[in-house]
Amino acid sequence: MDYVIEMLGITKKFPGIIANDNISLQLRKGEIHALLGENGAGKSTLMSVLFGMYQPDSGVIKKNSKEVCIDSPSDATRLGIGMVHQHFKLVHNFTVLENIMLGVEITRNGFLKMDDARKQVLEISQRYGLDIEPDALISDITVGMQQRTEILKMLYRKNEILIFDEPTAVLIPQEINELMNIMQGLAAEGKSILFITHKLNEIKAVANRCTVLRKGRYIGTVDVASVSKEELSEMMVGRKVSLTVDKPDKAPGGVIFEARDLVVKSRLTGKNVVDHVSFQVREGEIVCIAGIDGNGQRELVYALTGLAPPDTGVMMLDGADITRESIRGRDKHGMAHIPEDRHKHGLVLEYNLAYNLALQTYFKPRFQKRRFLRFDAIYQYAAALIERFDIRSGQGARTITRSMSGGNQQKAILAREIDRDPKLLIAVQPTRGLDVGAIEYIHQQLVEVRGSNKAVLLVSLELDEVMNVSDRILVIFEGRLVAELNPKETTQQDLGLYMAGSKGNLPAFSKEESSA
Amino acid sequence: MNGRLKQILNLNNSASAISSLTAILVGLLAGFIVLLLSNPSQALGGFGAILTGGVSDRKNMGQMLYFATPIIMTGLSVSFASRTGLFNIGASGQFIAGAYCAVLVSVRAPFLPGPSRWMAALLAAMIAGALWGLIPGALKAFGNVNEVISCIMMNYIGMYLVNFLITQTVFDSLKNQSMRVSGNGNLPKMGLDLLFREGNNVSSANFGIVIAILMAILLCILLEKTQFGYELKACGFNQAAAKYAGINERRSIILSMTIAGAMAGLGGALLYLAGSGKGIDVVDVLAAEGFNGIPVALLALNSPVGVIFSGLFIAYLTVGGFNMQLYSFAPQVIDIIIAIIIYFSAFALLLKNLLRQRALTGQEGEKS
Repeated sequence: MDYVIEMLGITKKFPGIIANDNISLQLRKGEIHALLGENGAGKSTLMSVLFGMYQPDSGVIKKNSKEVCIDSPSDATRLGIGMVHQHFKLVHNFTVLENIMLGVEITRNGFLKMDDARKQVLEISQRYGLDIEPDALISDITVGMQQRTEILKMLYRKNEILIFDEPTAVLIPQEINELMNIMQGLAAEGKSILFITHKLNEIKAVANRCTVLRKGRYIGTVDVASVSKEELSEMMVGRKVSLTVDKPDKAPGGVIFEARDLVVKSRLTGKNVVDHVSFQVREGEIVCIAGIDGNGQRELVYALTGLAPPDTGVMMLDGADITRESIRGRDKHGMAHIPEDRHKHGLVLEYNLAYNLALQTYFKPRFQKRRFLRFDAIYQYAAALIERFDIRSGQGARTITRSMSGGNQQKAILAREIDRDPKLLIAVQPTRGLDVGAIEYIHQQLVEVRGSNKAVLLVSLELDEVMNVSDRILVIFEGRLVAELNPKETTQQDLGLYMAGSKGNLPAFSKEESSA
Repeated sequence: MNGRLKQILNLNNSASAISSLTAILVGLLAGFIVLLLSNPSQALGGFGAILTGGVSDRKNMGQMLYFATPIIMTGLSVSFASRTGLFNIGASGQFIAGAYCAVLVSVRAPFLPGPSRWMAALLAAMIAGALWGLIPGALKAFGNVNEVISCIMMNYIGMYLVNFLITQTVFDSLKNQSMRVSGNGNLPKMGLDLLFREGNNVSSANFGIVIAILMAILLCILLEKTQFGYELKACGFNQAAAKYAGINERRSIILSMTIAGAMAGLGGALLYLAGSGKGIDVVDVLAAEGFNGIPVALLALNSPVGVIFSGLFIAYLTVGGFNMQLYSFAPQVIDIIIAIIIYFSAFALLLKNLLRQRALTGQEGEKS
């Protein structure tokens, strides 16, 4: 079997971490080869080595069985290796055509020969079915078309080995399907594709073979057709991962939290963005607020957590009226909050991990003595949480939080909020942007919180998450709760209809119908 | 594990030191080029004078301590506010408010026995400066008024108000300045003037520098070791997260500006109670010491202890600048040189970020 590219025994170390530990990857001609791994598994590093951005500490790279040395991205380009980066490298005020020819312009006597370039680009775009407008400005076109421009850039340079770095992360579902078709077309034309991802569905859909990395180590290479998604995810995470949430039946107890008739007015328009919302959350129950983004979820959460108090309405937590309480006051009554935006609200990124783990508790006697912080106690506590919640980072408790991966940042927030032993945990999109292993972990933790008779209020946009995790679904549409559903008696399609506002079973919904 | 921690700490500290020193070197080089352009024949001698002036004799060393004291205080003021994410450009107004109140108490309260007179004067200065910082802080916290604008306004209000009040209360019409402070109204010398002298020529060094250094250490402990410092820094880094964590960000902003103002006010007192015979001139010019606090803070990368050194450095240049007059450079050129050096020193932060980025590229690369 001949390979177009072989990376053999690649090792790359960074201070405090071995990003790639003796990794081998062999790419056949005309195949789509997926590179699978969690965040921080070393995929991007490996591809950066192949693309000449990093030099490996050991190991060799061969092209067509001949050893090559790739010192810079231009070396890689000369060897026919092209890459579509996760964040596109396009000049926004140039046209598509100008971007494609940038760096390899055809000139005569110093003048650009745009017509020749245009002819070639159009020819390539037709051959591979890459629909573009050559004269449109990059800033005016969709993300999907920007991505096609990146692909055309590689093809225009006659690259034979194409690297796609998490290409679907920025696309909407229709565009993803389109991209999958394009990739298959390219492979059929004899291009070899390396496809970096952590989405199993996409691998099953297009890839021929798949190499799996875990924590910088090589786990194995498999034929995609012969393995199941479950097996792939087990290879990736290193243990069995259940793609559905394991949740025992549980009868909910007494009411822990109640919101009555909450109204939040928009500061700009004066309209009710949260419109007379009332609900209860009981002990040992996960209640999910489901809805399409921008239907008042954020304002509702801000009102509940005190970030921006509601205009009218009452909130009761464990029998106490917390409507007028400060944020700290709510904390003291037993409310914990996993915020939607972990960088904006959840963490002080410049603080180290230990400081962030103490962000809600630093003032408690165990962490301060006469208002001087007890650093030994803070670091001990951090070490305990890091151990218990398996938070990984380069330098342990002293890692600056900004340098941690998203999954581990989220774990840190989760650890901090759960360990405060709250009565009510408000989790807003807790799995946004995370990979399978981390998502499973966070769902398990939420179910565990429920198991210990706490109340959980989950706000989510993900249908899977809504259906799998919650005991009761409240659908929010244009600031009103329009439906209350039992996930066991509802289908995803149905839920979709409620979320789109075309169905409802609560008074708020009928009220609107009667007025309409 | 422990070894690794030390490595990390060293990385950060050495990056700070290296970047500050590099910035200073580049500044000195640029200053030398300007000297060459303005007067080539005297350039080398003049440059030598500015480089060695501060240590050429013991009196000059004392003068350096004297000049450093007020700008260390305003530097502390600016850097402390920065740690809470606020730009205190109002140090000038706070400084002059403090200076006036100190002089007023010192001159008009001779009945206070012994050292309690200058102590009361310092306290009055801190209160006045604190008030001048509190107002922009409160406006920011409750009205979201940009502190830069309100601070600039407070600078002018402070300057004109002080000019007016001096003429009403402690005016020396012959010199068109405030009356001189005498006796126990002044800070004690603690023998520093005699330690730093040349022959019979004593310097203006006094107890003020000790107070400034103590304040820097105090602020450092406050920021790094206490719950309050933890809250202030959290606000400075990420106000939204601080709010989410239940930290009262309004209180933090107001207290931060108040403390910053008190520091600048104290700086005013330390200068005019230094016993050097200096009075507050009744002129329509903002106090330069307040603005000099900005480069002092920048050069120190907002570290309170670093401010001691950057303040001494800029005072060192000032003293060296006086020596340059021997080489027939116009005072304006000397000011330009000092300004250029300070200007380049502001690149310290830029350099530090570059160094850190290079060191962190590895870990960052792994993040995605």
